[in-house]
Amino acid sequence: MRELQRTTDCSYNTCVTPLDFVVSLALISVAAGVLGSLIGLGGGVVIVPVLTLLYHVDIRLAIGASIVSVIATSSGAAAAYVRERMTNLRAGMFLEIATTTGAVSGAYLTTILPARFLFVFFGLVLGYSSFATFRRRHVAEPLSVSNDRIANYFDLHGSYYDPAEDREISYKVVGTKLGLGLMYVAGLVSALLGIGSGALKVPAMDSAMHLPMKVSSATSNFMIGVTAAASAGVYFIRGQIDPIIAAPVAAGVLLGATFGARVLGRVTSKTVRLVFVIVLVVISLEMLQKGIFP
Amino acid sequence: MTDMHAEGRSSRQPPSDAPPSEGLARSGQRRQLTPEEAAQMEEKIRKVELAISLVLRIGVVVSVAVISVGLGLMFAHHGSYVPIRGHFSYRKLTSRSTPFPHTFSALGRALARGEGRGIVVLGVLILILTPVLRVAVGVLSFIYEKDPPMTIVTLYVLAVLIGSFFLAGV
Repeated sequence: MRELQRTTDCSYNTCVTPLDFVVSLALISVAAGVLGSLIGLGGGVVIVPVLTLLYHVDIRLAIGASIVSVIATSSGAAAAYVRERMTNLRAGMFLEIATTTGAVSGAYLTTILPARFLFVFFGLVLGYSSFATFRRRHVAEPLSVSNDRIANYFDLHGSYYDPAEDREISYKVVGTKLGLGLMYVAGLVSALLGIGSGALKVPAMDSAMHLPMKVSSATSNFMIGVTAAASAGVYFIRGQIDPIIAAPVAAGVLLGATFGARVLGRVTSKTVRLVFVIVLVVISLEMLQKGIFP
Repeated sequence: MTDMHAEGRSSRQPPSDAPPSEGLARSGQRRQLTPEEAAQMEEKIRKVELAISLVLRIGVVVSVAVISVGLGLMFAHHGSYVPIRGHFSYRKLTSRSTPFPHTFSALGRALARGEGRGIVVLGVLILILTPVLRVAVGVLSFIYEKDPPMTIVTLYVLAVLIGSFFLAGV
């Protein structure tokens, strides 16, 4: 008890009880689900800082909860996006070759590469991709021609109905090789750091492969669940998935993601890009800070 | 230049305004589809999309239901968790030394005793397995669409996913 009174969660003999914890975390998780599903990053972006900074939860348990929130965002939002044909199923499943391979090889590299180096490297990569996405903020018209042999062979092009513009938009995919490379790195980083798989997936599809921004976000959403599932088994066995944290996170994020999936159709690609850029800048600064001043 | 409309990938635009497909990439395998074939293909793709969406929704609904039951039991079994103002801090449940099931044998024992946290962990595992099931449905649907390259792609992803669970020592 003396130890608990030193911490901020207990004052004047009353503590933040498990009920307070579960209810407040569930409410925050709803917001995380809305944001995560809208920009295709998953809820982990919000969940990890909230758990570590606000609730002082051990980082290992926070990362376990983040994996749960990523899968919840993905499944919750993808159910709606796929039904509404916002997701490019073929491109998503094709690129999963690279993300899952990256995730599995990342599990082996953890011992070789120092985390600090990774945080700095990843912070710089994300800083650059937020800049690249920002530069493309006025680009709205997708490509109508593609000479990419891989994209043509696997028929990765597609079309979707955009409710904000009230028309069917068809698009062509290019830069599959660069896309695959970035997806491999995304899977690798996701396994090594437990975060950030969507942060590389969206720019890979939007900037490198020229998929429309909304399709990139919806397809990233579709894919992050599989990337996270590839490392979730490890987290479960290591005892990083604590039920009292995972329960409100999973339930709240699922609710928020279902709601967020309804919002994406109505907003413009430009808005989605800007929200994405802001979140990306925050994450990249956070990563650089962790790498430089741990 | 190959155009998607001729191959029925776009479902909301009429195929009539599309230029003839040349089968640019997989020459020999692709030929221009007749309108009936295009309509059939379109319907197949729509069925696949709905099947994948359904798998995801079922996984999500079942896991939320199981997690909620487990959470309810946790609070029902432990009176000290419930009050809004109390002496019992949540931090006793979120420290690194907190016991909770993280192996299948421990999970089985917790479920046999009807422990709330065991049921929550079961719900979380259902949530984790949903994307794996989604990839499995993807394999079946590309077989159904008669698309060998994409069937191989999804089979590879499924193999890596299942492999990752074994590598983890589950």
